[in-house]
Amino acid sequence: MARPAGTAAKPAQARGESAAVALDAVTISFRFADGSAYTAVEAASLKVADGEFVSIVGPTGCGKTTLLNVAAGLLSPSAGRTTIFGTPLGALNERAGYLFQAEALFPWKTALENVAIGLEVAGVPRREARKRAESWLTRVGLQRFASRYPHMLSGGQRKRVGLAQVLIRDPKILLMDEPFGPLDAQTRQIMGNLLLDLWNADRKAVLFVTHDLEEAIALSDRVVIMSAGPAARILGEWRVRLPRPRDIAEVKLEPAFLELHREIWHVLKTEVLKGYAQTGGG
Amino acid sequence: MGRSRINLIVLQILVAVLTIGLWHVLTATDVLPPFFFSTPGDVFSRVIKWFAEGTIWRHLWVTLVESVLAFVLGSVAGALVGFWFARKPFLAAVLDPYVKMINALPRVVLAPIFALWLGLGIWSKVALGVTLVFFVVFFNVYQGVKEVSHTVLANARMLGMSERQLMRHVYWPSALSWMFSSLHTSVGFAVVGAVVGEYLGSAAGLGYLIQQAEGVFDVAGVFAGMFVLAVFVVAIDGLVSVVERRLLVWRPLAAETRT
Repeated sequence: MARPAGTAAKPAQARGESAAVALDAVTISFRFADGSAYTAVEAASLKVADGEFVSIVGPTGCGKTTLLNVAAGLLSPSAGRTTIFGTPLGALNERAGYLFQAEALFPWKTALENVAIGLEVAGVPRREARKRAESWLTRVGLQRFASRYPHMLSGGQRKRVGLAQVLIRDPKILLMDEPFGPLDAQTRQIMGNLLLDLWNADRKAVLFVTHDLEEAIALSDRVVIMSAGPAARILGEWRVRLPRPRDIAEVKLEPAFLELHREIWHVLKTEVLKGYAQTGGG
Repeated sequence: MGRSRINLIVLQILVAVLTIGLWHVLTATDVLPPFFFSTPGDVFSRVIKWFAEGTIWRHLWVTLVESVLAFVLGSVAGALVGFWFARKPFLAAVLDPYVKMINALPRVVLAPIFALWLGLGIWSKVALGVTLVFFVVFFNVYQGVKEVSHTVLANARMLGMSERQLMRHVYWPSALSWMFSSLHTSVGFAVVGAVVGEYLGSAAGLGYLIQQAEGVFDVAGVFAGMFVLAVFVVAIDGLVSVVERRLLVWRPLAAETRT
């Protein structure tokens, strides 16, 4: 298949053998009850080095989430291999933390309990788990909301709790599925900056899925573009050479940002239109 | 208390006053024969008499004990079986037609069997209540376990929960929340089971009181029994509301339940 123009950008740079996450020619098909099959992702290869922030951008319904679920070990691919720090992934990816797109907090637990639970189930004594959860709530700016239940929090606050819930376990890999999708533009920016601050502190490997190209460029070291589904492929990737630490709002005004955006958008646009045609604009 | 709230209470009292007033006028003018419809005065003085003589307390106590036992036993059994079924889909599929069959059965027909098996004491009434409460709780717990959000479950797994921890932190809370939100229904059914059981054969309880009055064409006694029963149920319902508010603080709104 001829690759579209514009992907002549730098190829993936696999840094060493034991990348934090390595997806090797991963294909994911689903078989339905009526016998028909649907291939969501075809032969996708992707590497995230330790400490690297990689975003996957693609049109709606292109299988970005599916790919993330494979990296999390929640889904096993129909073909291909997943390795985590050089070890093939069999079951759940225990080194990864996953921030879901949908509401994933336990509604029957308070913000504090939600954050502490990851430590408690790992055997940390309750008192200490709560104490550390308190400090994490402070880091995400929610110290005053510790005793609130999720439904009493705003969408942005819930995402903050989710972030603390995942990060308190100190995973080596952070998987994020359009975590700021439902938030308004200003909150997204604030959350993006919060994420970058937290990430800067210990540089985990991040695989960040979004449909928002600007967000992807502003956050990442590398941006991976996927084609429209079905049988979505990886079309290409671009290294983002903007200096860190970045401020999401400011970085978007830099000429280098705009130039990169234009270059990637040129490729992405075709796919987005294809995606629209297939999903009826949904 | 706001103005609208005071208005509401005034209107609610007005409904009672009008109904009783109408009843009084109709029976006093013989439009409704007092023999069949009694009069508000007679019913009221009967209730007063029961409480003044203290005879009512024993019956109330018996009905209360039966209801509480039926509620507790039915809930525990319903929760355990519901949970078990939800975790073992194959077992649930096998037993599904039988569950539906028993649930469709009007429970009243079981009363004679329970009376034969368990005698005329409180246990035959408790058993009847249990069969009613069991299914309400069973269906709600079953649903609660089944309806756990996939995302919440995936999140729990990613946070490192073992199967046992999933039970404790995810499945149980979800199941219990459904059960709690059906508290009104299940408590109501516990009382229904107790009273119907008493009515069909017993030596004490509100159902017995009503049945005795009916046996001698004492309409005032029947209405008085109904009145005491109604107040009893409203009081219990109020208590349930308080408990519910405490248990389900984390819920935005009471969710729909299956009965």
